[in-house]
Amino acid sequence: MTEPAGELRVEEPPQSAGAVARSLRLLLLPAAAIGLALVVGAVIMIASSPLVRGNLNVALPFTAYGALVSGSMGSVNAIISTLVAATPLVLAGLAVGIGFKAGLFNIGAQGQFLMGGLAAAAMGVATAGLPPVAAIPLSLGTGLLAGLAYGFVPGFLKAYTGAHEVVTTIMLNYVAIQILAWAASGPLRGENVTFARTETIGSAVLPVIIGRDGHIGIILAAIAVPTMAWLLFRSTLGFEIRTVGANPDAARYAGMHPRGLIILTMAISGLLAGAAGASEILGQVHHIPAAYATSVGFDAIAVALLGRSHPVGILFAGLLFGAMRAGSGLMQIQAGIPVQMINVLQAVILFFLAAELIVRMLFRIRGDGGAATTELQTITRSYAEQTAK
Amino acid sequence: MEFFYDLPVIGYLFQLIGWLVDVLPIIAPTIVAAAIPIALGAMCGFMNERSGVVNIGIEGMMLTAAFVAWWAASISAQVVPSGAFGPLGISAPLLIGLVAAIGAAMLVSLVHAWLSITVRADQIISGTIINIFAVGITGYLNLLISRTAPPSAGQFSRLSLPDAVEDLPVVGWLLDAVLSQGPIGLGLLVAIVVMQILLFRSRWGLRTRAVGEHPEAAETVGIDVIALRYRNVIIGGFFAGLAGAYLTIEFGNSFQGEMTNGRGFIALAALIFGRWTPLGLFGAALLFTTSEGIQRAVRFGPPEGALGDLLSAIPSQFYSALPYLITIIILAGVVGRSLAPAAVGRPYSREKREKRARPAMSEAPETT
Repeated sequence: MTEPAGELRVEEPPQSAGAVARSLRLLLLPAAAIGLALVVGAVIMIASSPLVRGNLNVALPFTAYGALVSGSMGSVNAIISTLVAATPLVLAGLAVGIGFKAGLFNIGAQGQFLMGGLAAAAMGVATAGLPPVAAIPLSLGTGLLAGLAYGFVPGFLKAYTGAHEVVTTIMLNYVAIQILAWAASGPLRGENVTFARTETIGSAVLPVIIGRDGHIGIILAAIAVPTMAWLLFRSTLGFEIRTVGANPDAARYAGMHPRGLIILTMAISGLLAGAAGASEILGQVHHIPAAYATSVGFDAIAVALLGRSHPVGILFAGLLFGAMRAGSGLMQIQAGIPVQMINVLQAVILFFLAAELIVRMLFRIRGDGGAATTELQTITRSYAEQTAK
Repeated sequence: MEFFYDLPVIGYLFQLIGWLVDVLPIIAPTIVAAAIPIALGAMCGFMNERSGVVNIGIEGMMLTAAFVAWWAASISAQVVPSGAFGPLGISAPLLIGLVAAIGAAMLVSLVHAWLSITVRADQIISGTIINIFAVGITGYLNLLISRTAPPSAGQFSRLSLPDAVEDLPVVGWLLDAVLSQGPIGLGLLVAIVVMQILLFRSRWGLRTRAVGEHPEAAETVGIDVIALRYRNVIIGGFFAGLAGAYLTIEFGNSFQGEMTNGRGFIALAALIFGRWTPLGLFGAALLFTTSEGIQRAVRFGPPEGALGDLLSAIPSQFYSALPYLITIIILAGVVGRSLAPAAVGRPYSREKREKRARPAMSEAPETT
């Protein structure tokens, strides 16, 4: 009976492994994926170097990655800009991550981010006359609520009509773009602005606590990480969320309410994405343009996957991608590499995480209980299950 | 007709219909032109989802193809003679661009197929990877290439029908709007009809539907689920390639970063709204772009009277959001239900093969 034996070997981690060794092995796969992505990025840079410099330049990746590192970690200001760039990524990453834990794929973080930002900006303009002590909580709170509401909708639809959240959140992303375009070029349009955008917010501007632009949104993200870790792993609600994600039927038999939990999870997810949008608008941009271009909602998916939907993992993944964003400007200036290279690197990291088979073969990493595999593979259930209630 | 216009409430409806009858022939060509890339993208999704593979990477595939078509055509225009032959403005550089775009999209499809069928990774993640990568690589290369500002290779031209067709009563304008297309648009029209027939009348169609609904049952009657899925996903790439190429060498003649602008996702919506059939998705694509077309018509020539005020008062963004809202409503089953093929998104594994193969990938099983 070799077959069941073989199956067991893969599913169970070796008993002798200690906690340290286990967590090291947990890091091995993401680290390998990042390393491989950097290699792929380097190959692309070298191959395209005739277009950058006019001749084939093997040293170009070193210049580019060097600039990326010094632009994100080379000075105090660089580190601060990394933190600022990481803030929305961590918050939105947590949003996508908690969805994953409940077996929900929230592609709508982008839309919830925009709605959070729009609501925060609207309230920020409206409360311009109030002192910051009142204006900031009001604006931030409105942003959070808007995100929550925008996450509630697909959660409700999923729970009570079975409409798959992947499709509804994709559609809602585009609805959000139109709502923002309408609001910021119509009723909320500022008076003396050159292009369609809201008025600049008044006293709701998040105070800068560190460096040139290190606003308190950083603290918000720093608080959100342990809070979500506590919620997921130490609270009853978190246990129920994880149970629904692992096995909705078992959750129902255990007396939990999958429908309510789906709605609640999507609402919390929306709230976090809304917080990302609100802190970005209140702390960084100080107004919201009608055609606000951002990719935070999609980067958040990458952050959550790289962080294996664990709050601490998401923190580090968010910092990494934040560093890439922060350093990309210097990379473009010093090496002539367009900032879009960051998207390429992110996609390739995800590719190697999804295709961990290749990574395992290349680095001879042994199966660690297939944690990553099973997590990635059980996230999306079939559309067809939408009616199987 | 005028009499009906004065009726309370219902009168507005008659006014609207009367206005649409006047306006549609004028805006029909733009509506059809806008629907073609969406329908082609939806055909890509159709090939994927009918055989049980979710593809949210249509947007990325289209963007890649759009870039490659433009780039390949533009480079080859500097080498090969670019004189057009035939009535559709077909020239060697444009053909090279078209073939390159199809090849690129099929290559991306192959990656999607490999990740979702062989590796059995999450198919939504695979699609997400494709979308992020496409935005990155096309933006990256486009920025580098635009420094040298290569000349455009031009674009395919439209079929011009004889005037007699356009002058036909009642249907003349419709025939003219639908049939006055370049080679890619005409290709779509043929593909819609052919695939609709193949899906319900051919062995391939029966097998594809079986694999999409119940792969285990399909396997027991001897259908190679994995091979069929691979084939269909890659053919899907062919359609995504056409969709991208349409944007840069038929509808327009240049490339801008992220120019697909959500068309791949509207395509997904059209696929759902069209209930996973070629004719349905084409109809859905037309309906969606009609929404945009009416918005433009209202802006430039609103109907007279209260109806015109009403239509002008609706923000233009509402028309743009309408396709997405309709799709959500349809999915929620409020007005009619649209159900996906049952096995969509579920990776297929032949269980015996899986049990033997999987341990071997991480470490050799100790077989006796």
